[in-house]
Amino acid sequence: MRSPKRLGEKIIERLLLLSALVSILLVALIFLFLFREGLPAFAEIPLLSFLTGETWQPVAEEPKYGILPLLSGTMLVTIGAVGVAVPLGISTALYLSEVAGSREKEILKPFIELLAGVPSVVYGFVALTVLATAVQTLFGNTFRLNALNGSLVLAVMILPTIVSIAEDALSAVPMEYKEAAWALGASRWETLRRVVLPAASSGVFIGVILGIGRAVGETMAVLMATGNSPVVTADFFRSIETMTAAIAIEMGEVVYGSVHYSALFAIGLVLFAITFVINLAADAFVERSVRRFKR
Amino acid sequence: MIESFKKVKIDVRALNVWFYKKHVLKDLSMRFRTNAVTSIMGPSGCGKTTLIRSLNRMNEVLKGSRTEGEVLVDGENVYDSDIDVFELRRRVGMVFQKPNPFPKSIFENVAFGLRIQGMNKRDQLEERIMVSLRRAGLWDEVKDRMEESALTLSGGQQQRLCIARALAVEPEVILMDEPTSALDPAATARIETLIRELAKDYTVVIVTHNMQQAARVSDLTAFLYIGELIEYSPTPDIFENPQNVLTEKYITGEFG
Amino acid sequence: MNKRSKETLFFQILRLGTYVTVSTVVALLAYLVYMGSDMLSFSFVTSFPREGMTAGGIYPTVVGTLYLMALVLLLSLPLGVAAAVYLSEYAGERESSLVRIIRIATANLAGVPSIVYGLLGLGLFVLFLGFGFSLLSASLTLSLLTLPVIITASVEALKTVPHSYREAALALGATKWQTTKRVVFPHALPGILTASIIGLSRAAGETAPIMMTGVAYFLSGLPQSVIDQFMALPFHIFALSTQSPNPDLTRPIQFGAVLVLLLLVLSMNLVAILLRTYYRRRLS
Repeated sequence: MRSPKRLGEKIIERLLLLSALVSILLVALIFLFLFREGLPAFAEIPLLSFLTGETWQPVAEEPKYGILPLLSGTMLVTIGAVGVAVPLGISTALYLSEVAGSREKEILKPFIELLAGVPSVVYGFVALTVLATAVQTLFGNTFRLNALNGSLVLAVMILPTIVSIAEDALSAVPMEYKEAAWALGASRWETLRRVVLPAASSGVFIGVILGIGRAVGETMAVLMATGNSPVVTADFFRSIETMTAAIAIEMGEVVYGSVHYSALFAIGLVLFAITFVINLAADAFVERSVRRFKR
Repeated sequence: MIESFKKVKIDVRALNVWFYKKHVLKDLSMRFRTNAVTSIMGPSGCGKTTLIRSLNRMNEVLKGSRTEGEVLVDGENVYDSDIDVFELRRRVGMVFQKPNPFPKSIFENVAFGLRIQGMNKRDQLEERIMVSLRRAGLWDEVKDRMEESALTLSGGQQQRLCIARALAVEPEVILMDEPTSALDPAATARIETLIRELAKDYTVVIVTHNMQQAARVSDLTAFLYIGELIEYSPTPDIFENPQNVLTEKYITGEFG
Repeated sequence: MNKRSKETLFFQILRLGTYVTVSTVVALLAYLVYMGSDMLSFSFVTSFPREGMTAGGIYPTVVGTLYLMALVLLLSLPLGVAAAVYLSEYAGERESSLVRIIRIATANLAGVPSIVYGLLGLGLFVLFLGFGFSLLSASLTLSLLTLPVIITASVEALKTVPHSYREAALALGATKWQTTKRVVFPHALPGILTASIIGLSRAAGETAPIMMTGVAYFLSGLPQSVIDQFMALPFHIFALSTQSPNPDLTRPIQFGAVLVLLLLVLSMNLVAILLRTYYRRRLS
């Protein structure tokens, strides 16, 4: 009964572990290259004027590298998108998990999943050709491509994230809670509002956070929808430019190794930091919601 | 013998319940008395739970259920179409097999039923919550930690909290579905004492598959077998002198 | 207002929200199908663009996208599945801090914007490793982007395999790898396939990362090797609609290309969804 040396088993386990380590390697590489390529920018641009400068004019005679307009652009479209997508997404999730019959749910859900499969360039194309015209006809705005246009298209894009995560959280609420509420004379609506939604709140919140993360990081759709002029504004009818759009547009024309090139990587670094924090926040909520149902 | 008990609170008449094709309760008729504890026992799958859930119309939240027949509470058929089912469930409270407090504070758990009745004043709530927790024998253990999560309580405490939660809305009937099956013997004993106490003011119906428990807590005992009421008598009679051979077999442990 | 009518009112509001969402999808898709269907033909998909891309078909972009997908599949699927097998089968019940870090890293990678992967691809593959602006750089970049999707979903698929299956195999004297290969893996395969299809379809539609690593606006021929540049369907849509001298002139071609991309990507998604529903039903 002496154990043979199972060399093959050991080698396989090592190989598998190695593959799993790729995730860590990848995060490290992202950090490494963003810093490596982005940091030289700060030899030329003081960090403070980079983050708070109100002018982004990297190709002017006297280039200015203030990313505040890009930050504000990203924030504006994200706020707009969240404002539209959260109420719609949560009502859809509530309807699917608590109101719709199982047949109805089975038909409706794939449509929402299909939304997630549409490439962002297609959304961008729709925003550029159709939505922009519709918005202009409706509001008579001067800028055909603007923040509102970007927000609306982003809202549709982040809906599936919000719906599917919120719906999972709502469906995970134990039946016992609902029965307890019904037995006390609560209607299905009261049970939904006072028991199910609070119990699933962290899960619903995770959906919203991850939706925000997607909105912040989205590139092609906002690039094609918003008009891309880097101004600090809170006006949804103005053209704005997001961080992602600036990187995508300008990287094609930049001299590799120049200050402008480094500055674009530095924007990437800021973007990465923001989404990283958003993801960590979501993780923290996952932990919380897991603990919640443990008795 | 049963007739010697006090007045009838719930009158079940020719009740039939189906889940999809399965006929779970068959033409069942029986009466529940006020200020008495009635036990319903029988082997698993005999329809005990379905019977008590038909009294507050909780079967209809389950998929595929269909009910025929009448359940009169104080002479009024709860299956009439114009009955306010929410008011019915307030009047006929329920405690479940597994303690199921909400993931909220102790205070909010007991306040829940009151809040949906529209009571929102803090001092009114506090008063009613204290009374209910006292009645459930939990007040002394939780009075200093009302804002803590109910899930931090032990299983027995959680079940008493659920009883307090049911009592807060001032029901007239309390239905209990094997309320101690998830609890240890000490916690079970406390709940049984509590059940006896409650019988002074309420109509209590308890489902149990534990015969000793039925013998200890109840005034009347019904024996159900595959959806039919086999025997229904004062508790001492049914245990000492069962009339039906099935009841006798069950009591002597020949099946179960 | 009584409880019943309040309930009805609020449920109707929820229903309205849901149907607004769903009808948006239907309207969007119907519009794109309608606008693109005029162009859609065999020759549109199989002929080169002509007259400065104002006429002709989209053949090289379709081929470029298919090349990309094939390379991404080759690069990310084995690695992703291997990583998932380790995390689910070998990492053990009590996870070490290393495994925990791997999990957190994977979860976070899924949320990293695609443009950041583009920056990594540019810095690492195009410039540092000297692969240049090429099919190789672009497909490596997209593989990295797809990897977390495949890992996460494959772990989920592996988790659905009942523990008793593993125990049964182990109790018969099978080694860990035999158990994994012969019992666990076949059972999780549909789930893993679903995940890969979805990951791959996402890669096929990505635009920003390939803009920074190798896609070309126009090429007169197909790429001959992995170090050549290539054209791609999603970038073609972007380029024609925003970068070309007269976007209105090529509008029909744009709608045609959009429809082809949608058909490609959505049919993959649909297959994945159906596959999942089918196997879920078979399991339950």
